[in-house]
Amino acid sequence: MIRYIGQRLLMMIPVILGISFIIFSIMNLTKGDPARLILGEGATLEAIEAKREELGLNDAFIVRYAKYIARVAIGDFGRSYRTDAPVSEEIFSRFPTTFYIAFLGILFATLFAVPVGVISAVKQYSAIDIITTVVAMLLTSMPGFFVGMLLILSFALMLRIFPATGIGTWRHFILPSLSVASVTMANFIRMTRSTMLEVIRQDYVRTARAKGASMRRVIFTHCLRNSLLPVVTVVGINFGVQLGGTIMIEAVFAIPGLGTYMINAIRQKDIPAVMGSVIFAAIVAGIINLAVDILYAYIDPRVKSHYERFTKRGRRNAQRS
Amino acid sequence: MGENLLDIENLSVIYRTDDAYIYAVNGVDMSVKNGETLGLVGETGAGKTTAALAIMKLLPERIGIVKSGKITLAGIDITRATEHEMEAIRGNAVSMIFQDPMTSLNPTITVGRQIAEVLQLHEKGKSHGEISRSVDEMMELVGIPPHRKNEYPHQFSGGMKQRIVIAIALACKPKLLIADEPTTALDVTIQDQVLEMMNDLKERLGTSMILITHDLGVVAQTCDRVSIMYAGEIIESGGVEEIFDGKKRHPYTSGLFGSIPNIKIAARRLNPIDGLMPDPASLPAGCGFFERCPKKMASCGQKPPLFAARGGGHVIRCWLYGGDARQGDGSWAL
Repeated sequence: MIRYIGQRLLMMIPVILGISFIIFSIMNLTKGDPARLILGEGATLEAIEAKREELGLNDAFIVRYAKYIARVAIGDFGRSYRTDAPVSEEIFSRFPTTFYIAFLGILFATLFAVPVGVISAVKQYSAIDIITTVVAMLLTSMPGFFVGMLLILSFALMLRIFPATGIGTWRHFILPSLSVASVTMANFIRMTRSTMLEVIRQDYVRTARAKGASMRRVIFTHCLRNSLLPVVTVVGINFGVQLGGTIMIEAVFAIPGLGTYMINAIRQKDIPAVMGSVIFAAIVAGIINLAVDILYAYIDPRVKSHYERFTKRGRRNAQRS
Repeated sequence: MGENLLDIENLSVIYRTDDAYIYAVNGVDMSVKNGETLGLVGETGAGKTTAALAIMKLLPERIGIVKSGKITLAGIDITRATEHEMEAIRGNAVSMIFQDPMTSLNPTITVGRQIAEVLQLHEKGKSHGEISRSVDEMMELVGIPPHRKNEYPHQFSGGMKQRIVIAIALACKPKLLIADEPTTALDVTIQDQVLEMMNDLKERLGTSMILITHDLGVVAQTCDRVSIMYAGEIIESGGVEEIFDGKKRHPYTSGLFGSIPNIKIAARRLNPIDGLMPDPASLPAGCGFFERCPKKMASCGQKPPLFAARGGGHVIRCWLYGGDARQGDGSWAL
């Protein structure tokens, strides 16, 4: 298992190299001179040329990429063109905010969606099921920022329970998290419902019923675990996406998160900041995916034995070479 | 008949779908005595499994409906039992083994815990250690080393999985075991082992059994009595000897026996029964076998035949044997 995790982590390296190369190309091969953007419209040609030299922009494209990657490899993401602060510091100062919102949002969504999805599947075609389906449809078709605005309107402006914007206390995190939850929840509900419906029709469920187990017991001890795999996948993917920052929701609640950071960096062609945040998001997504896969092994013993085979084969190959 | 463990009278089951009623079981009578093995034979779609699920009261919810009939198991009227009462009966008084052992075990729970579950459900007084010991006992009984109880179903072969399913079914020593094609999904050598083991355990535990199959060889090997189902009806029923002896048979039964390949006769082709079973959504007015019957008479298509007794509990539902038995007063000369 540990070997498997190691192999998976190593496999992330080419992925990140690929992503970074694509983003680096886009940022460098598109129009716009970062030196001019930093110095502003009134700068002299000499000053711009000096800045270009300072930033290393006169090197060939591939040389610049190689130099950048070499620095990233030792943990140096460079300094932001706009603020001159180290990119890694800026990302790490913003990450906790994004993390809390994403984590709370996904947590709310999961805690609500899984039971609702299960009930909806068990009572298929009942009033509860129909209401759930309609609500899920409604939630999918409402964009996150719209839900965010509705929440601000009702809970911040009318009821005055939670603050509308900014960060600070835990109260600031509630409304943004609920917005995140509302966007992802519909997906979770539908996924739980459909896998549950599938699992309920499995032969082993009938076997369990034939043993004399009640429907409730069958659902808790036999169905839930088997229907979790796809749900865990969807939850994991959404968590990874949310950790990359949610631009819309951060904008609505005026939250200084990763999403706003990235969008501002792109707008001002702040190449180190864009690169840093993209690579960071890719690493986070990779780690979440790995965590989901490890979770699989604990949910389903068949997956676990597959991983063990995978590692054994790896070891055999290693011995052979 | 007080000695009957199971009595089914006039059982009819329909499946209600969006656009049709499927008449799956139509007026079936069946009985199983204590310690007896009844073979329920028929082709796919004849209603064998549906009848079995009706006994378990496990017909698909809202779709499968028992339209009429009475099922009495060990003195309990199953058709009137509540879901809660059924939970105490299932796995305890009556167990069922399903067709495909590959899918009938939960892949995420160890086999030991799956066997233990049925004991926990029905033998509530037992301590953890006692249940664990019973699990070991059951595993030994079906020939699987108890030290493997912490393994998961995917670590076992098909035949071993079916043994575990049998261990689950017999763990609470049920009075009746319903085995729905327990060996169809297994290869022939394993089939034989599993059947032999089931027979042996059944004898040892004094269990009655309903064996659902379409394999007449299996019937000959294990059953005391046979009921042959066709289009939701039992068309012939009797002791194994009478049915296999073959002097007087329903034309469908003759067809079934005729379609067994015989190695001594150098036949180039198999000898199937031509045609298909009638659509259970729209059953014919007369005999269900009319269209395919090689001995049909004009009158067969008009009225469904009634049972004609051939003595010794052997009954045949065919005008060939019953048509002439009508006496002046309308009763049957049986």
